[in-house]
Amino acid sequence: MFNTSLKNLSGLLAGKKISSVELTQTFLKRIGDLNPSLNAFITVDEGKSLAQAKAADALIAAGKAGPVTGIPVAQKDIFCAEGWRTTCGSKMLHNFIAPYDAHVIEQFNRGGAVNLGKTNMDEFAMGSSNETSYFGKVKNPWDLNAVPGGSSGGSAAAVAARLCPAATGTDTGGSIRQPAACTGITGIKPTYGVVSRYGMIAFASSLDQGGPMARSAEDCALLLNTMAGFDPRDSTSLEREKEDYTRDLNQPLAGLKIGLPREFFAEGLSADVARAVEEALAEYRKLGAQTVEVSLPNSKLAVPVYYVLAPAEASSNLARFDGVRYGYRAPEYGDLVDMYQKTRAQGFGAEVKRRIMIGSYVLSAGYYDAYYLKAQKLRRLIAQDFTDAFKQCDVIMGPTAPTTAFNLGEKSGDPVSMYLSDIYTIAVNLAGLPGMSVPAGFGANGRPVGLQIIGNYFSEAKMLNVAHQYQQTTDWHTRMPPLHGEG
Amino acid sequence: MSLNLADVKRIAYLARIAVEEDEMPGYLQQLSNILDLAEQMQAVDTTGIEPMAHAQDVMLRLRDDAVMETDRHEAFQAIAPQVEADLYLVPKVIE
Repeated sequence: MFNTSLKNLSGLLAGKKISSVELTQTFLKRIGDLNPSLNAFITVDEGKSLAQAKAADALIAAGKAGPVTGIPVAQKDIFCAEGWRTTCGSKMLHNFIAPYDAHVIEQFNRGGAVNLGKTNMDEFAMGSSNETSYFGKVKNPWDLNAVPGGSSGGSAAAVAARLCPAATGTDTGGSIRQPAACTGITGIKPTYGVVSRYGMIAFASSLDQGGPMARSAEDCALLLNTMAGFDPRDSTSLEREKEDYTRDLNQPLAGLKIGLPREFFAEGLSADVARAVEEALAEYRKLGAQTVEVSLPNSKLAVPVYYVLAPAEASSNLARFDGVRYGYRAPEYGDLVDMYQKTRAQGFGAEVKRRIMIGSYVLSAGYYDAYYLKAQKLRRLIAQDFTDAFKQCDVIMGPTAPTTAFNLGEKSGDPVSMYLSDIYTIAVNLAGLPGMSVPAGFGANGRPVGLQIIGNYFSEAKMLNVAHQYQQTTDWHTRMPPLHGEG
Repeated sequence: MSLNLADVKRIAYLARIAVEEDEMPGYLQQLSNILDLAEQMQAVDTTGIEPMAHAQDVMLRLRDDAVMETDRHEAFQAIAPQVEADLYLVPKVIE
């Protein structure tokens, strides 16, 4: 049962072939068996999950079920869920029991879904390997020596290992797409403003966006239907009519124009990833799509621009962690400034401290124009490149990451080399565009490769259609890592 | 190397993060490497380009001047490090 799509589980629940309690127990058992080796979950609460499952079964019995009613969904530990410990992967929040629900959590609760637990992540979503979590590294289920990607690495590993049918993630510079690629699952970062950031612990507010991570595009579409929607409590939530993201899944792809940015197929891309992406593009041509070369000339500056803007916003957002209102406070201190400094020195990990310090520097008097303002100007050029490219194509494709998942410890000592693993994803966040990653085979080391699909603003339904059609003629998304566990 | 040790000390203070003397050289190296990466930005002329602060050009919404929140101070203060008489406690700032 654990290796069944969300779509099919939804049908089995509605037809009363299984109950949500049985389904939830199945996954809780699998988490109990396999999580000790993967470390994908930070918090599991069987009592709370099963209570939600019972309530879901009552809804189903009363004929009030929707598409996600009774479905266990793992929640990235960045989403506040009332009564659940919500740590954001940090010692700073190791004891934080959220007093309210994030909008995304409310949406799942309203739909009758079951919260299966809180997944591990890079501390405050800062990382590309899930090695910065205070709660330990997450392992890649395809190879326990490999990272699962980050920052939503716990969610990615959990979906890949079938510890849950679906999970949530957040993506500031690639944190849904890169771990999805590393673990052979499907994930979509929607257009900025489509999913409310209310109750989603902030990292870089002009870039952060929540989205679903699941086994297929079809399952992602069902989840996005639940997660998306206007929320007045997020000032950047867009007031748009509710969409059905499944509406175009079955449209044929004949005539689709795929743009291939020449900068994404240049130096730095490993040969095995390039080959897998080329094979995926050949499959699209068979489906009737045409490919056209496009250019994103400023995308090479996306990494430096991002590592000015994201730390700047983070240094402001993370100022709230001061040991006064919630979370960690240093046990010994002198005056107020000493309390702040010791609390933050002890509560934050190394990568978070580095980024807060960079952000404080680039926003400080005398450096603001040279770094922060310069980066904002380049951000506009990067966004404009996409606008120009979309005049020639319907979607853009390329690799999600330059290599398959790297080894644990391989890049953790060198922040800048870690940053470069998001070289193809970051520009999409800067522009605010939707992006997704779809499994497209395996690299030379047997680790998964992700194909990135970038769409124009609000074209999620089209992108999901493009991904779904590929998944009708390929089976990469059905491959499961060889783990042993009873379901 | 774009920074020196005095810069690192000043940045740590701005960030309100205590940095021990023996951690300083490590931060100096890492922060300098990140700023060297940022230096690549200077290669492009951005004269006349409007800075882009946000992904969407939207106006902030206005709402009716009505009560939107309920008083939940007990729930919020139950998770605070130190509270007395409904007040958050911090070290004395005014003698």
